[in-house]
Amino acid sequence: MSDKIKSDDVFGLARHYRFQWEEAQGCYVLLFPEGMIKLNGGAGEVIKRLDGKKNVAAVVDELKTAFPEAPDLEADVVAMIELAADKAWIERKST
Amino acid sequence: MSDFEAVNNGAKIGHAPKPLWLLAEVTYRCPLHCAFCYNPTDYVTHTQNELTTEQWIKALREARKLGALQLGISGGEPLLRDDIEEIVAEAGRLGYYTNLITSGVGLTEKRIAEFKRGGLDHIQLSMHDITKEINNFITDTNTFELKKKVAAMIKEHDYPMVLNVVIHRYNIEHIGEILDMAEQIGADYVELANTQYYGWSLLNRAQLMPTKEQLLKAEAVTNKFRERVGNKMKVFFVVPDYYADRPKKCMNGWGEVFMIVTANGDVLPCHSARVLPGLTFPNVKDADLDWVWNESPAFMKYRGDDWMKEPCRTCPDKEKDLGGCRCQAFLLSGDAESADPVCSLSPNHHLIEKAIEDAKNPQLAAQPIVFRNDKNSRKLVDGESDELVADFHALP
Ligand code: SF4
Ligand code: SF4
Repeated sequence: MSDKIKSDDVFGLARHYRFQWEEAQGCYVLLFPEGMIKLNGGAGEVIKRLDGKKNVAAVVDELKTAFPEAPDLEADVVAMIELAADKAWIERKST
Repeated sequence: MSDFEAVNNGAKIGHAPKPLWLLAEVTYRCPLHCAFCYNPTDYVTHTQNELTTEQWIKALREARKLGALQLGISGGEPLLRDDIEEIVAEAGRLGYYTNLITSGVGLTEKRIAEFKRGGLDHIQLSMHDITKEINNFITDTNTFELKKKVAAMIKEHDYPMVLNVVIHRYNIEHIGEILDMAEQIGADYVELANTQYYGWSLLNRAQLMPTKEQLLKAEAVTNKFRERVGNKMKVFFVVPDYYADRPKKCMNGWGEVFMIVTANGDVLPCHSARVLPGLTFPNVKDADLDWVWNESPAFMKYRGDDWMKEPCRTCPDKEKDLGGCRCQAFLLSGDAESADPVCSLSPNHHLIEKAIEDAKNPQLAAQPIVFRNDKNSRKLVDGESDELVADFHALP
């Protein structure tokens, strides 16, 4: 998938992070000490599916079913997971 | 499709600002007496008329409806109130991400367990130094051992460990050791917050301000530490604006993301807004927060950039810092609508240069520190400040 993200990697939210839908913002947010991230559109859909159980391939499949008309979806999803892992919002749960 | 928006530092929030961060300064009473405390110097006038539990709960509900999400419970020392458990539990039910900001005094096994049940998300503990001497000197208390015990308690209860260390001349050269200590006790986040000069710290500025050399060294040590620990521990280094060339975007803009409710219920766009002349701040006792945030004259006053004058008005950088801090502009120059004197383009920039010079003056630096306590606050309210701050000559 990419150098850092393999299809059988499993990710979940980092310890102490909270993910929730915010009605007032109309989007998902990630909450942690000292900050918050608004996850606009697709970003929220990806993070929502990183449940510490499904692997990346399964997450991509799910998103393809949910958003059949999105072009080049796999590359986008992998790029986002890479970014989120880089920022330590998510972490590898097991392999 | 990847579309992230960081809301913690400097992100643009869009056209309809929301008070994403609510700070509840639930009491100004405090067992510590920190020399750098940013609480108002007249806090003693707000210790007898604190909001009730019901009033806090009403404020939490109204703010949540407006979109508030991060809740800080601070003070003073919030744990001096015995209803923090109730406030925390209500915040949990409302879906806030709640942070208790404490000196550690008053945190017990029983209370921390109750906070956990109520859904408190994290605890931010203030630490001061690796030495007992400096910790006890700067806080004018004997709290060194207690802080270590509280840190261990926070860890045991599986809270993210967030340490806040206010940096000043007395501890800046210990930054390396302070970071090592933080690592040892398992901190997840460390905020090295260089003193900002408001309230008590402004009174003590000449005694607290480090030199530029000390600051550069501290930054280098911090960066080296960061490289070594990586993502394991996040280290924030809050730069002191006096040594910067451009001002900070104070509170991320007036009435853009922050809303503060003080112990007596005043609603402010920033901690020290009450020093500004000609503004009346609404109070949660008789005003609805929706009106306060969206319509009150106080919140409209410096929102956006319509209020600006030159050099800010036509400055190409005005979006970046919104002219800096209104309180700092007023406190130093006497004009709340002028550019923050920190800015090198400000006609008042010499005031900052003078403050830096003053901090190098051994006579001024050796003045006794005015510790934050009721007696000193009372004196300042009664206009007996002369004997306390005889040489505080930077004021207009
Ligand atoms: S800075 Fe010190 S004195 Fe001020 S509120 Fe915090 S603990 Fe109390
Ligand atoms: S002139 Fe005003 S807007 Fe421009 S950088 Fe300085 S403070 Fe900011």
